[in-house]
Amino acid sequence: MPDIDIDAPGKSLLLMGNEAIARGALEAGIGFASSYPGTPSSEILPAIAGVAKKRNIYAQWAVNETVALESAAGAALAGIRSLASMKQNGVQVAIDFLGTLPLRPAGSGLVLVSCDDPEGRNSGSGEMDTRPVAKWLDIPLLEPGDMQEAKDMTKWLFDVSEELDIVCMLRCVSKISHSRGNVVLGELPGIEHKAYFDIKKPARIGSPIGMHMQLLQKIEKARERFESAPFNRYVGPDKPELLIITCGASWLHSQEAVKAMELTDRVGILKLGTLYPLPEKLCESYLGKSRNILVVEEIAPFIERSIMELTANLPALEPRPIFYGKRSGHIKSYGELNPDVVIEAISKIMGVSYQSRDSDYDKQFESAPENYSVTRTGGICPGCSHKAAHWAIKEALKRDGREGFETSDIGCYTNGLGPDGFYVAKTLYCMGGGAGVANGLGNLGQFGFNQPVLAATGDSTFFHAVMPSLVNGVYNQSNFILVVLDNSATSMTGFQPHPGTGQNAMGESAPIVSIEAVCRSLGVRVEVCDPYDIEKTTDILADLMAMESGVRVIIMKRECELLRARRDGPSYKVHVDAALCLGEACVYDNVCRTWHCTALLWNKEEDHAWIDPVICAGCGVCADICPQGAIIKEAVV
Amino acid sequence: MAKQLMKDPLNLIISGVAGQGNVLIAMVIGNALVENGYQVMFGQTFGSNQRGGSVRNYIRISNETKYSPIIPQGHGDIILGMEPIETMRMLKEFGNPNVMTVVNPRAIMSIDSRGGTTEYPDIDKLLADIEKLSSKTWVINATEEAQKMGNPILANVILAGGLIGANILPLEKNSFESLLQERFPKAFEINFKALNRGIELAKS
Repeated sequence: MPDIDIDAPGKSLLLMGNEAIARGALEAGIGFASSYPGTPSSEILPAIAGVAKKRNIYAQWAVNETVALESAAGAALAGIRSLASMKQNGVQVAIDFLGTLPLRPAGSGLVLVSCDDPEGRNSGSGEMDTRPVAKWLDIPLLEPGDMQEAKDMTKWLFDVSEELDIVCMLRCVSKISHSRGNVVLGELPGIEHKAYFDIKKPARIGSPIGMHMQLLQKIEKARERFESAPFNRYVGPDKPELLIITCGASWLHSQEAVKAMELTDRVGILKLGTLYPLPEKLCESYLGKSRNILVVEEIAPFIERSIMELTANLPALEPRPIFYGKRSGHIKSYGELNPDVVIEAISKIMGVSYQSRDSDYDKQFESAPENYSVTRTGGICPGCSHKAAHWAIKEALKRDGREGFETSDIGCYTNGLGPDGFYVAKTLYCMGGGAGVANGLGNLGQFGFNQPVLAATGDSTFFHAVMPSLVNGVYNQSNFILVVLDNSATSMTGFQPHPGTGQNAMGESAPIVSIEAVCRSLGVRVEVCDPYDIEKTTDILADLMAMESGVRVIIMKRECELLRARRDGPSYKVHVDAALCLGEACVYDNVCRTWHCTALLWNKEEDHAWIDPVICAGCGVCADICPQGAIIKEAVV
Repeated sequence: MAKQLMKDPLNLIISGVAGQGNVLIAMVIGNALVENGYQVMFGQTFGSNQRGGSVRNYIRISNETKYSPIIPQGHGDIILGMEPIETMRMLKEFGNPNVMTVVNPRAIMSIDSRGGTTEYPDIDKLLADIEKLSSKTWVINATEEAQKMGNPILANVILAGGLIGANILPLEKNSFESLLQERFPKAFEINFKALNRGIELAKS
């Protein structure tokens, strides 16, 4: 599909919300963009980096979100419009810096894009709402209601940021960031930028009270600016029986719900785009229109509480509104919303019945076999080295026999918690949390704790947040094994490069920071192995566990099989020799069936294992785990 | 400029298993629709894994306005199912007496069905039920055909051809050609062949 820098004002393109944000940044004339990969924000930086050279932009993958935001703030100080983008958890990583940022002048336009993941489907570790962060720290906040707005708001926000000289925030949810819709392109500005930091200006910090007072003045100015923002609008009758107040993707769900229920002449929708500070006068003008108010938004009751707060300050408001939303239980307080959630809420409030489809059609499912709803839990990809790594960990833990376990972290290897990783992992927090908790567990010897602790980390996570924990462990002589599952990519978010890969965001070659050299410089024992070699990996692990003193590191190095196979094709053709396979009577307890690969299947009728050639990635590791030698791998030449 | 639709919005669902290339084909279809002047909203639901999980793409096509990225329950018009149980899953949520289905009958086991917690249903019965729940069904042996052509990944383009051959999308073959060329500059010929094979299969 075309690059996002096509110079065709007025043309309608199908853009992903994240690409639209990137396009908006181009139309705003940014010169600097920085990010750390994190779903659902991952596509913004590559869209910019892909056209960086043509547009005279500098784009980088930072090692983590704090550095990403700090870098962008630094560039803005020298007069370059800058964008920092990250997932919800990233904002939490960056909060220390972010807490000081709005108190200081931005210099030039500075926009932070935060992509939240209602349902936590994509990022896995939780569903968090970053809008309260903006209110907490006093940062002007916008949220787009479709892809067109994602572009237009980003551009507009750079102007606001520059006018008020303060960092501004754009919050986006998965269903806007990752959905695609028509976006009408605007004009692209020139690409000349001049960076200069004026050392003659007084230092950019004042007294905390002075800075705080200034910040509050800026927020009031932003509120005035937001009263007439083009992103707040109302659709519906003059005196609606029900007023919906909404933002983000919930705006699209709400419109659809009202339309599907044929209630467009009875229900009004106030769609807000500027969420903090709230445009109070505008909201006030609609609050009196209806007694019944339903707030529809994802994750936290952010608008709901802001509107209630405002109403408390409007004693003369008549009629006094009845609020429906999360507090009343009409809109769920967790998970992603959709048109049906809104339909149900409206239905309950207004007493209007709604049928999604013919009831006879529904009845046909009543007699359907139970396995028609067979689940499809996502797992480790066929061929993934993390599976082999976890098999070795499982075997080594069994051999050690002291109930050792893995503390997991964020990445594909999080699957270590499930059947695909043979349940060896027992904890999961945030980036770096695995090595962090291992530090504590590893210092419990005086209380009789002797279970081996293996802290898992990926290569990208190692640079992001594990290095401080590693240093802490060495310094405090904590007993744990750091298992670096180095697949030379940030695979889960789309194979972005990082300091260990030798490539930067713009596709140029970059210095390689060696994880092995970093670890060796700390004076700890470091082992490097290929996790596909299960036997050797198991032996090394068992030996490291027996050593039991201080931090030990094992780097399991094997390039992500998806990347490797995309470039070189499969390594092996693998099949099961049905004559050799022992079937259910297998004396090795059908070990292949516990390997949990979606390509290694069981033929019940003929009583033997078989390999689905459509799914098999050709790693050949399963051939090594069948003691009977019934799985045959032939090298592809 | 864009042709009148048989229904507005026209709701297309493309469902399958991560790794089948279903997002890619949904993008080609979405782009072709925008180039033909339609308003498109294209939402997706998938997990954090690159392979193996359920993937669904919702494409809302309209002459008027943008709709939600998620189709309301029971409002599917066309289902392109790249895998049979994923097709049934979509019928259960979005099916109705008018829904039309293009389905690839090749099963892909999930970690749950192969691990023994649930058994994958009988394919023949499953396909018969899919036909019963659809006003019209096209069974396209896309994986089998793709394997014959040398690479199972071509199944997605064959199925897109199936949609064109079934003549249920407001798109002509030629609006696909240039997009395929753009997307697969090196492998255009084989993908074009796959598209034509899908069209043939839907028409036969």
